[in-house]
Amino acid sequence: MKHLKLASASALSIAAASFASTAQAEDLTLCWAAWDPANALVELSKEFEEQSGHSMSFEFIPWPNFADRMLNELNSGGKLCDLLIGDSQWIGGGAENGHYVKLNDFFDAEGISMDDFAEATVYAYSTWPKGTPNYYALPAMGDANGWFYRKDWFADPEIQAAYKEATGQDLREPQSQKEMLQIAQFFQGREIDGKTVYGASIFTERGSEGITMGVTSALYPWGFKYENTPGSYDMDGAVNSAEAVEALEFYKEFYETATPPGYTNSYMGESLDAFKSGQVAMAMNWFAFFPGLYADPATGGDKIDFFVNPPQNQAGSTLGGQGISVVAYSNKQDAALEYIKWFADPEVQAKWWSLGGYSAHNSVLNDPGFKDSAPFAGDFLEAMGSVQDFWQEPAYAELLLAMQKRLHDYIVADQGTAQEALDKLVEDWTEVFEDEGKL
Amino acid sequence: MTDTPATRAAKATPVRVARKIKGLSDRAIAWIFVGPTIFLLLAINIFPLIWTINLSFTNFRANRPNREVDYVGLRNYERILTDSDIWLNMQATAHFLFWTIFFQVLIGFTLAYLINKKFKGNDLWTTIIVLPMMLSPAVVGNFWKFLYQPQIGLFNYIVAFLSGKDPSSFEMLGSVQLAPWSIVIVDTWMWTPFVMLICLAGLRSIPDYIYEAAEVDRASKLRQFFTITIPMVLPFLMLAVLFRGIENFKMFDLVVQLTGGGPGSTTELTSINLKREAFEKWRTGYASAYAIILFVTVFGLASIYVKALNKVKER
Repeated sequence: MKHLKLASASALSIAAASFASTAQAEDLTLCWAAWDPANALVELSKEFEEQSGHSMSFEFIPWPNFADRMLNELNSGGKLCDLLIGDSQWIGGGAENGHYVKLNDFFDAEGISMDDFAEATVYAYSTWPKGTPNYYALPAMGDANGWFYRKDWFADPEIQAAYKEATGQDLREPQSQKEMLQIAQFFQGREIDGKTVYGASIFTERGSEGITMGVTSALYPWGFKYENTPGSYDMDGAVNSAEAVEALEFYKEFYETATPPGYTNSYMGESLDAFKSGQVAMAMNWFAFFPGLYADPATGGDKIDFFVNPPQNQAGSTLGGQGISVVAYSNKQDAALEYIKWFADPEVQAKWWSLGGYSAHNSVLNDPGFKDSAPFAGDFLEAMGSVQDFWQEPAYAELLLAMQKRLHDYIVADQGTAQEALDKLVEDWTEVFEDEGKL
Repeated sequence: MTDTPATRAAKATPVRVARKIKGLSDRAIAWIFVGPTIFLLLAINIFPLIWTINLSFTNFRANRPNREVDYVGLRNYERILTDSDIWLNMQATAHFLFWTIFFQVLIGFTLAYLINKKFKGNDLWTTIIVLPMMLSPAVVGNFWKFLYQPQIGLFNYIVAFLSGKDPSSFEMLGSVQLAPWSIVIVDTWMWTPFVMLICLAGLRSIPDYIYEAAEVDRASKLRQFFTITIPMVLPFLMLAVLFRGIENFKMFDLVVQLTGGGPGSTTELTSINLKREAFEKWRTGYASAYAIILFVTVFGLASIYVKALNKVKER
């Protein structure tokens, strides 16, 4: 009996201690890229701090170094981040290398359903292996590569007349990739308000992922596929297809004939700078920047409008965006999961959208007023309906770097042909998958 | 007892320490002093080197610690040495190395020769000239990026002013032909003062009486330059070339800031390529083999060079 009492007392103490530890206020660190939506998340998270008693710290890394810095952190088992909003392509490595906590049991226990989130975002940001109900992240930030343009220039009667005279067509939001190039070429070197302007700013960055994200925005509308049969890693004939070659040649022509001089290594920041400084008529960038662009006093408001990446043979946009994951090396996983639970709440998701974050929650996206809630909201919905992502394999970094090299060599350094660039890319990727034991 | 350095050291040794080392041989005492340094050297230099050599024969990936590691023999070495892209990186490195050293020696020596002449404001000019090498390479890379900007860059405007061309008609960083030269120009701007300082030390070490004797012998200024100045400065100059050669072989930060290795892979020096293989692609075994090849190349070339330097000194 005495033993039983002792055992009961011990059990009670352990239970009390574990309750105390879960109820303990923690300082959680959330890691993400340094960009506009991150500031919105800081604002949003204040509510979580009030409700939970936990405090939040943030580690925001500039985009060009984000992958490098965070993947190093994960690979070394670092404890810097309790929560990580990691790029969609990291999900394979995050899951297979044990960096991310699998969230299925937690979702079941808390009644969080992935059916409540847009299907494309769940597929892209949360699942590994792709499309299976194994979840390693909650869709946090929907995103895609889109376009914006100088609405005031497009509406100028003189410019409209000049365009009509030059092309025989009306100046309007481009309805195809080729029309977009035609418009950009029309603006290239034109004098507007006493200043020389250029066609468009596109991604050409070499170091991280820039040129790949730009070129895929042309490849996908041309019907680009990574494999002949999904899951087979059979790439010859798909990656270097005639359509892919045509799309790549198109992007090179765009770069050579319709972009400002010196934009040989440009990505998000350079694209924004080119537009905000009034240098270009159009620019490509992620939807995540659109709220900030619209609010810009110099080139926003009624001077700007937005459009989804135009189709060519089909509709297609390059997927951006991220899911939020709990880092497996964190000592504060319970508190981190509390954050995920709070973030999944439809009310929080609605506030997230209102602050400038792109919610992937159906309750926000399917709201009848969503399309009119911002000038770019309808385009965002349309883009998310035809998004395609890069490889999400654990070896994604190798696959990406190979593509960066082949594309930059062909487009910017003007070496070889489009066919040769894509043939070499197939060789590079085949070697990677052979090393991975998948071929 | 004579007052030698050894006896002075013995007298200066505290009694407690002297008591402890009493009875130890000179060799043992020497080992006690040298031991920690040797241990540190082994731990932070030799062990990593041996470990890298070991890894270079494997397919190890640092980002997949749980994956089975296989010994692949010389496959990594074979892949590197037969990879045409890596040979292009080697060529880019050789181009950078040769031309930076050429210009830095030429301009550095000329500046040193001029600064060595006594004139008003000599010290001020020396300070101004050495300023670039005091800056961080990352800062230098960033501001030269602006100077090279085709639309607003000062460099393009100066060239345009002198040549009559349109400033935005050429791109120093975006052109395959010009980008390799753009990094040579920046490195030369930054590190010529270093070569100048070494040459200046060499010039100032030449005693005046040698020139005075040459004057007495009626040797012309040109002859004095080629028979006194150049031979006596040569060991210093060779030392500067050695330092700059080793530094530029592993050049990374400046070029990454300026071009990121582009356009394409035109300015992707071996160190940039190695970093991508090791810490972006995480092919640790492959990158180890790559590092060993580079190490052997630098070590081999430096050894040959140091032998030549010693011969020049002996003359």
